[in-house]
Amino acid sequence: MNINAKAMHFKDLNAKIRECDDSQVVIDNCLGQRYIGTGLNHKDIIINGLPGNALGAYLDGSKIIVNGSTQEATGDTMNEGEIVIYGNAGDATGYAMRGGKIFVRGNSGYRTGIHMKEYQDKIPVIVIGGRVGSFLGEYQAGGVIVVLGIGEAGELPVGYFTGTGMHGGKIFLRSDHEPQGLPPQVICRVATKKDKAAVMGYVSEFCANFGGDPAELLNQKFYLLMPNTANPYKQLYVNN
Amino acid sequence: MAVDYFYPEYEIVRDPNRCIACRVCERQCANKVHSYDEASGKMVCDDAKCVNCHRCVALCPTRALKIVPSGDTFKSNSNWTDNYMKEIYRQANSGGVLLSSMGNPDNFPVYWDKILINASQVTNPSIDPLREPMETRTFLGKKPTHVKRDSNGRLVPNLEPQLELALPILFGGMSYGAISYNAHECLARAAETIGTFYNTGEGGLHKDFYKYGKNTIVQVASGRFGVHKDYLNAGAAIEIKIGQGAKPGIGGHLPGLKIVGDISQTRMIPMGSDAISPAPHHDIYSIEDLHQLVYSLKEATNYEKPVIVKIAAVHNVAAIASGVARSGADIIAIDGFRGGTGAAPTRIRDNVGIPIELALAAVDQRLREEGIRGNISIICGGSIRNSADVVKAIALGADAVYIATAALLALGCHLCRSCHTGNCNWGIATQKPELVKRLNTDVGTEHLINMLTAWGHEITEMMGGMGINSIEALRGNRLMLRGIGLTDRELAILGIKHAGE
Repeated sequence: MNINAKAMHFKDLNAKIRECDDSQVVIDNCLGQRYIGTGLNHKDIIINGLPGNALGAYLDGSKIIVNGSTQEATGDTMNEGEIVIYGNAGDATGYAMRGGKIFVRGNSGYRTGIHMKEYQDKIPVIVIGGRVGSFLGEYQAGGVIVVLGIGEAGELPVGYFTGTGMHGGKIFLRSDHEPQGLPPQVICRVATKKDKAAVMGYVSEFCANFGGDPAELLNQKFYLLMPNTANPYKQLYVNN
Repeated sequence: MAVDYFYPEYEIVRDPNRCIACRVCERQCANKVHSYDEASGKMVCDDAKCVNCHRCVALCPTRALKIVPSGDTFKSNSNWTDNYMKEIYRQANSGGVLLSSMGNPDNFPVYWDKILINASQVTNPSIDPLREPMETRTFLGKKPTHVKRDSNGRLVPNLEPQLELALPILFGGMSYGAISYNAHECLARAAETIGTFYNTGEGGLHKDFYKYGKNTIVQVASGRFGVHKDYLNAGAAIEIKIGQGAKPGIGGHLPGLKIVGDISQTRMIPMGSDAISPAPHHDIYSIEDLHQLVYSLKEATNYEKPVIVKIAAVHNVAAIASGVARSGADIIAIDGFRGGTGAAPTRIRDNVGIPIELALAAVDQRLREEGIRGNISIICGGSIRNSADVVKAIALGADAVYIATAALLALGCHLCRSCHTGNCNWGIATQKPELVKRLNTDVGTEHLINMLTAWGHEITEMMGGMGINSIEALRGNRLMLRGIGLTDRELAILGIKHAGE
């Protein structure tokens, strides 16, 4: 089914998507409509244009392809499924995401992957082709974030305060320079072959979507960030 | 160092003539206060470990035990009280943030106790609720501003989703993790029987309790623990937790120590990992952002469920509530500074926030002045202790109240304020299986039902006394209230007259 979203209110657009029986919905002329694909499963969406905030919030298994950029909180509290963005993503991409995958060809904004968490076989994954803003992986409790820094010429592809409050999961940064000023509970080291092998699948999927050679990308220098404790606040309190 | 030694706060008095050394006290105390001395054949105890939870007192078959303040004091000082001194010793020893449980115990004014309720005499006859019908049924949600008709003049239903309560009382949010599986089961079953709602708190919903969904409010907090589409659709309403009365402005840390077994599964995080709820929702920095979360939840649940926004009562609560009422939320829950908690920094609990009575009156007044009171229902909480508090809250402008501490008391809590230790001898604020099983869910459920039934009778008695037969007619009816011993300023904020006026 094709929907022309020109000047359509988000409520009408999302009701149409929910009610449609087709397994695939194509949205043309999308411009700022929020909450597209909220909690969706059993149905894939192709968006031509610029979806609004909270694209794929609570997404539950659907695949969403965006031929354009997204705004804030893409994949908020996403549970399962896949979001593929051919442009850039806004702030708080993958907020509190607990499953599924987000691939962004370009850049992503502030607070990417904030409070991502994993449980058993549900491991959320975000792969960003370009660079990300500050507070990458803030409060991260699980999952994998890969920032490829394509086109950054080996410069560090992140802003400030990476991994603030991080207490689980992994962050991979393709960079020739070690990130500075990390919080004390975050360990940073050069990623080993074994480390890289664990994300080979994700980088391959990224390249399958957007082009590029995964082996060549992974051959270059990556830094791996991990927390040194799952209990960052253990020593903070005294019983009163 | 001896500086952090305190003489025990409580003394366990054992009547040797009554004690039969049956060792019940020893088995019942998770704090290991009591022990049996083989040599003398007598029970002995270490008072220093006692938290005064009264478990041993209540179960001693011969009434041989009582717990009294030990009476040890430092040199009397109204400024440097014993508590303040001990807290410094504790911090000097540990470098830790002081951690406490349950509501603010300090000597702040309780406005409920300075408000009196009216009754009819002669001119407007009182009503006997045992003889005449009394309506306490309450609907929470947006109220329509106009009647909509189609071209044939027939009514077009335009009512937003509502929660229907048999009584204007709901159980407030307490997470599975903060309280036990058995405590949750009691709350869920009692809510179902009475015709009201319990609230999951932010720990997700245990798979066994999905069947109580139509009496469940599911919470979404900053940590988003256990939040997924099925969870959102499982409940009758969704509550966005912005703040909590016991700890406004800060988040929560459920220590990894408590993330075991089912808790880990329900929160959907690995065992042993801290469950950290950040202080703010990092996608909400404005009312517009709140609007976004409200609508993403409505989209996820097909606009079928009311959305509640819970905030702590703080200084600018009226302006904040005005924003919340414009955010698309259906219900606002306001939690006063006496509200309970499973763990909060002592300094925050005892110093941050304002009393619910003042906050409620200010919010109701502000929403009325702005003509948006019908946009949103108000639930207030933060120490509603009895049915008179409920009646006063409704008359001050609340649609309904949250009770949580009162519900735990009905389950056996003795307010020892040691929830954060995880050693609750009453099986409520603990995850230790041997303690949890002490809370019999049939008995607990019955106690909750009893309490609410009794409160229901009392509420209708008080309503009948005022000549009011419908809770609707009590709502915001401040003429039914008078203050006693309050200043003009306090009366003005509460919007009530002084007794005698």
